[in-house]
Amino acid sequence: MDVKDIIKPENLVYQKSHVLTDNVMHYCPGCSHGVIHKLVAEVIEELNIQDKTIGVSPVGCSVLAYNYIDIDWIEAAHGRAPAIATGVVRVNPDKYVFTYQGDGDLASIGAGEILHACNRGENIVVIFVNNAIYGMTGGQMAPTTLVGQKTATTPYGRDVNLNGYPMKITELIAQLPGTSYVTRQSVQTPAAVRKCKKAILKAFENVGNKKGTSFVEVVSTCNSGWKVDAVEANCWMEKNMFPYYPLGDMKDSEKESPESFK
Amino acid sequence: MGDVRLMKGNEVIAEAAIRCGCDGYFGYPITPQSEVLETLAIRRPWEETGMVVLQAESETASINMLYGAASTGKKVMTSSSSPGISLMAEGISYLAGAELPCLIVNVQRGGPGLGTIQPSQADYFQTCKGGGHGDYKLIVLAPASVQEMYDFVELGFELAFKYKNPAIILSDGVIGQMMEKVELGEYKPRWTAEQIQEISGSWACLGKAGRERHISTSLELDPYGMEKNNLRFQAKYREMEAKEVRYEMFDCEDAEYILVAFGSSARICQKTVEIARSKGLKVGLLRPITLFPFPTPIIRELAGTVKGFLSVEMNAGQMVEDVRLAVNGKVPVEHFGRYGGVIHTPEEVFDALKQKLIGE
Repeated sequence: MDVKDIIKPENLVYQKSHVLTDNVMHYCPGCSHGVIHKLVAEVIEELNIQDKTIGVSPVGCSVLAYNYIDIDWIEAAHGRAPAIATGVVRVNPDKYVFTYQGDGDLASIGAGEILHACNRGENIVVIFVNNAIYGMTGGQMAPTTLVGQKTATTPYGRDVNLNGYPMKITELIAQLPGTSYVTRQSVQTPAAVRKCKKAILKAFENVGNKKGTSFVEVVSTCNSGWKVDAVEANCWMEKNMFPYYPLGDMKDSEKESPESFK
Repeated sequence: MGDVRLMKGNEVIAEAAIRCGCDGYFGYPITPQSEVLETLAIRRPWEETGMVVLQAESETASINMLYGAASTGKKVMTSSSSPGISLMAEGISYLAGAELPCLIVNVQRGGPGLGTIQPSQADYFQTCKGGGHGDYKLIVLAPASVQEMYDFVELGFELAFKYKNPAIILSDGVIGQMMEKVELGEYKPRWTAEQIQEISGSWACLGKAGRERHISTSLELDPYGMEKNNLRFQAKYREMEAKEVRYEMFDCEDAEYILVAFGSSARICQKTVEIARSKGLKVGLLRPITLFPFPTPIIRELAGTVKGFLSVEMNAGQMVEDVRLAVNGKVPVEHFGRYGGVIHTPEEVFDALKQKLIGE
């Protein structure tokens, strides 16, 4: 049997999502963003909501997310994506609105906006990519940088006396009544990717069911910023980040629809 | 006459928003403009017209909520006072850079810093010359009455959508807090989805269906591309200068000296003109209604016939720079104003006119 006899539409088991563009991603090889973009695109395609989804991209490496996921996008000022998403969804309650933010964007400069959007229970999805470093600006300390972790601005390792502690913002967000689903995932293995996709799917379904804010953190790698190769980055993440940022659902409440308190 | 009421300037902003078919208001309390949000909360327009009202956690959040909502082609607005507008400066620059129509209201108070809660006009530079980063301009409307607070909400939206640019009403604590007779207009329905599609369908982010995706952004990493964007902005600003200048003149026909003043300062100067005329002095008043575009051509024209200009502002001398640029050295241009929240009297203006220009 020739390989051409196998490559037929009826034998197709997997293909690139139609919601991903053909643009070549600018992300470094080994970076988690590409996989997470793919999962978001697949979920949008599977739910058939491309025509009613609006993404809000952050400032950081994923500032150009709008080049890769083929939906309408709004590019936010640094940290302000949750406020922008609030504006969109308040005047367009029928849309699926999500923010896609990194750790510097969400947990540092945008800490105020994310807490208040989640506390109001805005009917949005938040994808929070936590790689414990500022990637785009060249590897500086993020609020989630681990104690002792070396970065461009903590060249001798993060010192708690100087810089405080790594922020577990997802744990904080899980405390807010406005959130309905808060989870922490990763994408370093096929099994983890499948789990993460389920979480993202659930988050978008929650928007359709008007359940308030769904928050998906993805503990991620930045091999360029961490200055290790891609495989070593995965190992480093499992060994050092998972104990401090444990994976799993933090909250999955079947709370009343926000309609009830309108 | 239609629906005539006695209302506060700030209340009228809220009423005008509801009646002109505004889709959403996002704001944060700050004196002396909190009545805008309070009036909206009492009026509950979401039950009447479907207009959304939301108290944001900060001015930074309000302006970004505005950015998000404006990106979907809706008619949305915010209001604040000076320190709050400083916090919004980042978002205003982004709104201008992404060419998003929206309306901002600044009910100015005295600065700098936390300053005072009393009226001021010290945000002229911030509003007309930048405030945020980059080469951008806002359409700036300066109301001098409660009626104009009402009228400029609709006008602001009209100009904002015409030029795909943020418009700002530069008011102050006097106009915001005082009560005056105002004639309210008819209720105009909010735009339907079809109307939004027709007006803003070529760029609004409402979901990609049967077209290329829309991206609402001020980012362009290629400098040549960014220069092209800037050239487009500049062409738009020049068009505004050619078509949208608005001003009002009092007793300028035979005037030898002209007071230039906007907003509440212009009301005070009207009295000064009366005082001067009663003493036989030929004094007139030019009131810019649009601060950008600035009424440069009429000032340039008047400079050929008068002996001097006095720019009267509740600040240390800001608009006077634009008057001087327009006059271009032909005749003397002086500034007078009280500041830090102090309001000048008509007599003080008259004295300043005599001392600085007439030479008595």
